[in-house]
Amino acid sequence: MKQKQDRRTFLKGALTCAAASSTLIAAGCNNRKLEGGGEEMSARWNEYFKKNYRLMTPEEKEETVRRLEQLAKLDYDVDVNVETTPPKKNVLYGYAFNISRCEGYMDCVEACVKENNLDRKSKTQYVRIFEMENGQMDITTGNGKYFHEVPKEDHFYMGIQCFHCEQAPCVKACPTKATWKEPDGIVVVDYDWCIGCRYCMAACPYFGRRFNWHDPEVPKEEINENQHYLGNRMRKKGQMEKCTFCIQRTRNGKLPACADACPTGSRVFGNLLDPNSEIRFVLKNKKVFRMKEELGTDPKFWYFID
Amino acid sequence: MLKTFKKELVPFIRDALKWNFSGGLGYQIYLSILFFFMVVGFYAFTIQLREGLAATGMSDIISWGLYISNFTFLVGVAAAAVMLILPAYVFKDKDLHKVVIIGEGVAVGALVMCLLFILADLGGIIKAWHLTPAIGLFNWPSSILAWDVIVLNGYLALNVLVPAYILFCHYHGREPVAKRYRPFVFLSIFWAVAIHMVTAFLYEGLPARPFWNNPLLGPRFLASAFAAGPALITVVLIVIQSKTVFKVDSQIFNKLRIIIVVAGSVNLLMLFSEIFKEFYSPTHHSLSAVYLFFGLKGHNSLVPWIWTSIVLNLGSIVTLGFNPWKNNPKMLMPVCITLFIAIWIEKGMGLIVPGLIPSPLGEIANYTPSWVEIGVTVGILALGIFVVTMLIKPALAIEQRYEEQNS
Repeated sequence: MKQKQDRRTFLKGALTCAAASSTLIAAGCNNRKLEGGGEEMSARWNEYFKKNYRLMTPEEKEETVRRLEQLAKLDYDVDVNVETTPPKKNVLYGYAFNISRCEGYMDCVEACVKENNLDRKSKTQYVRIFEMENGQMDITTGNGKYFHEVPKEDHFYMGIQCFHCEQAPCVKACPTKATWKEPDGIVVVDYDWCIGCRYCMAACPYFGRRFNWHDPEVPKEEINENQHYLGNRMRKKGQMEKCTFCIQRTRNGKLPACADACPTGSRVFGNLLDPNSEIRFVLKNKKVFRMKEELGTDPKFWYFID
Repeated sequence: MLKTFKKELVPFIRDALKWNFSGGLGYQIYLSILFFFMVVGFYAFTIQLREGLAATGMSDIISWGLYISNFTFLVGVAAAAVMLILPAYVFKDKDLHKVVIIGEGVAVGALVMCLLFILADLGGIIKAWHLTPAIGLFNWPSSILAWDVIVLNGYLALNVLVPAYILFCHYHGREPVAKRYRPFVFLSIFWAVAIHMVTAFLYEGLPARPFWNNPLLGPRFLASAFAAGPALITVVLIVIQSKTVFKVDSQIFNKLRIIIVVAGSVNLLMLFSEIFKEFYSPTHHSLSAVYLFFGLKGHNSLVPWIWTSIVLNLGSIVTLGFNPWKNNPKMLMPVCITLFIAIWIEKGMGLIVPGLIPSPLGEIANYTPSWVEIGVTVGILALGIFVVTMLIKPALAIEQRYEEQNS
């Protein structure tokens, strides 16, 4: 027993040493001045050793939020407010997209980029609009990079983003449980727990996930300061990210930024468990379909036709 | 007990180190070259650490590249040690038993490279401890990558500990106690198949990628590995035979050749079956194969590679099959190297990159490894060759001495 204990402490010590030296290397590599002194060092240290979000006690969540806010001030010079708002009871979010209405203006894309602090350098987009020729239904025939006046004749538009699958292949693939489905149906990523192996990216049949190949860049004055731990808080290089149905908005009763911004009313978002919600009306009364349904992923994102 | 063990361990390690770093001028130059490439690799890696994986040629569409390709191929090389272990221990083949230690050395080197390629590919390498069971959070049994972490490390442990025990006993002039190590030898036979199947399942289990989502992938991995691995071991044995006093029986080359021909032929048969399926009735799911063999919408960077691979593969298997030079090492060596390269292309870049093209939304991108990626890759390969050298050299010295003592 005692021997076991010793081995444990030894392992722990060895790990701490390894981790400590690697944090130092990482800090050095970022060319960041360690001017904040002991307090900053200890914040970065504790951030490195914190647990997976799902295992944190409420106190630990509070502490990491405090550290994140403090480090955001140091790294980006902004005063952010990071929430940890939990899911509401009896809520399961769903989304429907009207392909007869969308005209491809892409206001949704722009709103999403701003709301979610997406990297401007590589022009990361969670939401993408594909221009499809009439008569085609296969997204791979569409054009996801159009630069001309819309709507184009004989074409229709199909929006795509993370479908928040009930049987999400990404969640199954992740080796460290850094991505999971919340009780309200939103598939989230714990950015700080993600090791960046990109297995989830290979597993996703909808191209719903984005990787930070470098540190994302957002102009200071454009940073959205209302953030959620599992949502639009600042990411770093080497982390996976994705659409979270704007968790920082929807858990406070608002619509996701894309649905809010849509000028044609093509985007319907709501609670699937509420029989009076608009999304339930759409599912009951419209012709709906889902993408690649044969893969058994059970997405909570439907397309519909008026 | 522990005290005598310590007393015996110190000279064992001291002599191993002595044997490793003593050698003629040629050997010293060889070590220096390996060291040079390791330094280049390390330097390239520091750039990747600073800039992130943006320093590589990968993108959101082609999210795995040279690192994962090499990882996948080298798992096969590691598993191939079983092609020596199985006949040596199960069928009690005396010839192969003599060189089984070399196979195990190659397996350890290959595994070290596999693990380093995985680490190099991680976006957050300093968070790799999240992958440690008990300390991190392990998505087991759901994630095949979690399985892979277990089987690769387990196989590494088996291939380090068993030979280390046998060599340690031989070094002190003792016969190793069979009861102590044989169970682990048999375990390692199953484990070798496991590392290969699990690594294949990593890809096979993804319906999102039709090119990989193919039940033949696992068996094909095994067949190609059992050709490429023994080919590499043949090359290593030829080098040992020509550069050291260690005698390698010519029967061994013949046995290895037969293993290569059989495994290589099965591999080609399965390749043909795959090609038939993709091109007899092409579907949307065949686009990856079209991209690989003929190019898609003007993107054809892999086309010359895969055809080179197929020609080399066919050519070397036929040559080894007819064996016109009667196992002459001088001719065996280039043919084995050719086969090894052919399978490296096909099982590496030829498997990973087309799986990601076209993207699930039908988009196509180009992938060319950056110099940083190539630098890190060369560095890891050099380190692997270094590890193999450091393991085999003292092993041969110990075995040689033990045999002389007992004859």
